[in-house]
Amino acid sequence: MKKTPAIELRGITKTFGPVVANKNVSMEVYHGEILSILGENGSGKTTLMNMISGIYYPDEGEILIGNEEVMIRSPKDAYRYNIGMIHQHFKLVDVFSAAENILLGLKDKKGFDIKKSTEIIHGICEQYGFELDLNKKVYEMSVSEKQTVEIIKVLYRGADILILDEPTAVLTPQETLKLFDILRRMRDDNKAIIIITHKLHEVLSLSDRVAVLRKGEYIGTVNTAETNESSLTEMMVGKKISLNIERSEPKNSEDRLIVENISCTNREGVRLLDNVSFTARSGEILGIAGIAGSGQRELLEAIAGLQHLTEGRIIYHNPKTGKEDDLRDKTPIQIRDLGVRLSFVPEDRLGMGLVGNMDITDNMMLRSYKKGKSVFLDRKKPHELADKIIESLEVVTPSASTPVRRLSGGNVQKVLVGREIASSPTVLMAAYPVRGLDINSSYTIYNLLTKQKESGVAVIFVGEDLDVLLELCDRILVIGGGKITGVLDGRTATKEEVGLLMTKYAHTEEGGEI
Amino acid sequence: MKTATHHREPLVHIVKRTDISTKKAVLIRAIAVIVSLLFSALLVFVLKGINPIQFFTALFEGAFGTSRRIWILLQKTAVLLCISLAVTPAFKMRFWNTGAEGQVLVGGLATCACMYYLGGALPLPLLYLLMIVSSIVAGIIWAVIPAIFKAKWNTNETLFTLMMNYVATFLVSFFINTWVTSGSGTLAPMSQYGLPRILNNWLLNIIIVAVLTVAVYIYLRFSKQGYEISVVGESENTARYIGINVKKVIIRTLIVSGALCGVAGLILVGGTNHTIATDTVGGQGFTAIMVSWLGKFNPLFMVLTSFLVIFLEVGANQISNAFKMNSSISDIITAVILFFIIGCEFFINYKIMFRKAAKEDK
Repeated sequence: MKKTPAIELRGITKTFGPVVANKNVSMEVYHGEILSILGENGSGKTTLMNMISGIYYPDEGEILIGNEEVMIRSPKDAYRYNIGMIHQHFKLVDVFSAAENILLGLKDKKGFDIKKSTEIIHGICEQYGFELDLNKKVYEMSVSEKQTVEIIKVLYRGADILILDEPTAVLTPQETLKLFDILRRMRDDNKAIIIITHKLHEVLSLSDRVAVLRKGEYIGTVNTAETNESSLTEMMVGKKISLNIERSEPKNSEDRLIVENISCTNREGVRLLDNVSFTARSGEILGIAGIAGSGQRELLEAIAGLQHLTEGRIIYHNPKTGKEDDLRDKTPIQIRDLGVRLSFVPEDRLGMGLVGNMDITDNMMLRSYKKGKSVFLDRKKPHELADKIIESLEVVTPSASTPVRRLSGGNVQKVLVGREIASSPTVLMAAYPVRGLDINSSYTIYNLLTKQKESGVAVIFVGEDLDVLLELCDRILVIGGGKITGVLDGRTATKEEVGLLMTKYAHTEEGGEI
Repeated sequence: MKTATHHREPLVHIVKRTDISTKKAVLIRAIAVIVSLLFSALLVFVLKGINPIQFFTALFEGAFGTSRRIWILLQKTAVLLCISLAVTPAFKMRFWNTGAEGQVLVGGLATCACMYYLGGALPLPLLYLLMIVSSIVAGIIWAVIPAIFKAKWNTNETLFTLMMNYVATFLVSFFINTWVTSGSGTLAPMSQYGLPRILNNWLLNIIIVAVLTVAVYIYLRFSKQGYEISVVGESENTARYIGINVKKVIIRTLIVSGALCGVAGLILVGGTNHTIATDTVGGQGFTAIMVSWLGKFNPLFMVLTSFLVIFLEVGANQISNAFKMNSSISDIITAVILFFIIGCEFFINYKIMFRKAAKEDK
């Protein structure tokens, strides 16, 4: 007899306005297996899972649990069917302890017995190998601990179908391995586990089967044992692509930006950067690796003139005049007026680098609108620049007068990077420039960065994918808890080395945003 | 659970629209206006037995019945539009200025003080100049105080500007008490010192506001300062990132906003009323907020929204007069209509999906 699937989807379709997020998707998951849902960003993985967990309701199609059709209209319904989802962004109460967060929102008619509940939680921890201090408050936790709380929370509610949305995005390589061990134990305990990811090596090392989505459509499911990286990529992207970054040797490299012992604190007096020193050289890509929120953002913002420093100096060697300037505590405009050609692609593209509601032309103007004495704007040159970028970087947009928020993630990034490169910088900083981008766009961005490097720009690249950092960068600076924990040669370093340095001072500070 | 033989799906669910064509959005708003008018006609019919034809006749009579009524309709629209123009730059910057009421009032008070103290003592052109300058300066002071506090210490501008309204109201009542010795509590109009008339009492105001409308439109859309306002409003982080001095922009924009409020006070007191009372502005400082929002902060659209609001107001007043009802009925009608107009935004932002063909047995 055929096994009964834990959950089965039949012909699920979901649209948002003109965008088809999922189109006629059918798949099933069995108890005792780990199914990876693989797809590029924007391929509809999360939307699909949100329909199972009751956040969205499908426009068409049906969901079956144990062969019975069900109607999941809210997360509460999902819990009733023993479905638990661990979202990418954790939903925990910061001032509560782990145990309180786990028990939060549960209705128990028999009254509240925290002692008994704690025992049950302890049981769960032991069974699957979680390491967690139940009395620790969430705001004191590292990202990985928070994730553990989320997982225990759904297990405590009796979930036997678990969905994890990009669970490794915020973890170090070591933490990832630990999580995978736990997931395998859950599988052996006959739970059905779905993990959403776009990282191929994780899929191959963890899952039993892989379901691939592409642009909202279900492409197929394969057994992990019978597939490999390149054929999965082909399913994901729809064509064969080469995943190589060409790394040239730095030429005529000279010191461009020397950061000396800089420190800064936040409003509460917590040190976000602690005595950071390094040098960025022209014609090379300097990678910055670290767990999210270890001070990367503050570091780049300090250089860009957006972060007040308590100590240190930032010395810029002007290649034209040979002069040295201290950029510390200067505003972006003052920096520009010094003749420093500094470009910055911030992490928050639509919240910082661009204005979502403005069109491409007006976004081009952000950097140049002040030029000239007229009180009125000159939209002609920005418009030409917009057209040029649309053409040269192949931005998919109806026209230059489309608001950038309507563009897809990859195209938004092309607009931003295009604008920043257009001013022919001598220093180019990019924070997580490929986050949320599909594989093709990612490689476009890597190539752009490499081209900038080859033309003598000092490129500073903050990345999260260690494989990419190791392939792209000439040197890698590792940051942990606001301190520099090491500088490695990008050509010889290993993932494990970087991972160890990342956690050297970790968990002493709040995780920050993800 | 029983065996599921039916396809299960809720009857309706709500979906957010990502995009809507302008045509469709306009259509939805037009339908809302029509439905709201029909609904208020029905309401008046049920409550007072007034036949809907009479209802609509009175509504339009009130607005367009005589040439005097048309002039008043336009004049009132002009004043409301002027205040709406004043709050718009601040709103575009996401600075929630709820203090237009007070800013207009002090502008009017400054004008009135010039008329009271200097009327007759100075030649008229000089008096006019002083009225203009002092009303604008007064409006600016009232707007810029909360702006400075916001820029320096990040105080809540909504509460601050709201409080400034009360100060303005009591300032006016203080001066009325000083100026009016008869005990009547009302200041007699000083029409001889009013701004010059063109054709009638109202045309000058209408011309001033028409010019301001175009000016504000150009300022917001084509000037560098207008661009900075949009950037700060959309994202303060972006503004910081490109090196805009956010504090400076906040203060500068509120100077513009306050100056326009001062002008509104000038035309209200110097142009039409020639006197002042604590309720001279009559809540228009708050109505202007709605006009500005409904007009999507676009001065050209705001011409339409302010006209609509005033049309409703005078029309509804005429209804309560014509049928000898107290003024509550006009408030009810206005409220009903505004409820529909604002409520229709839901249908512009969201779509209601009905169950597609409910499948029977499989």
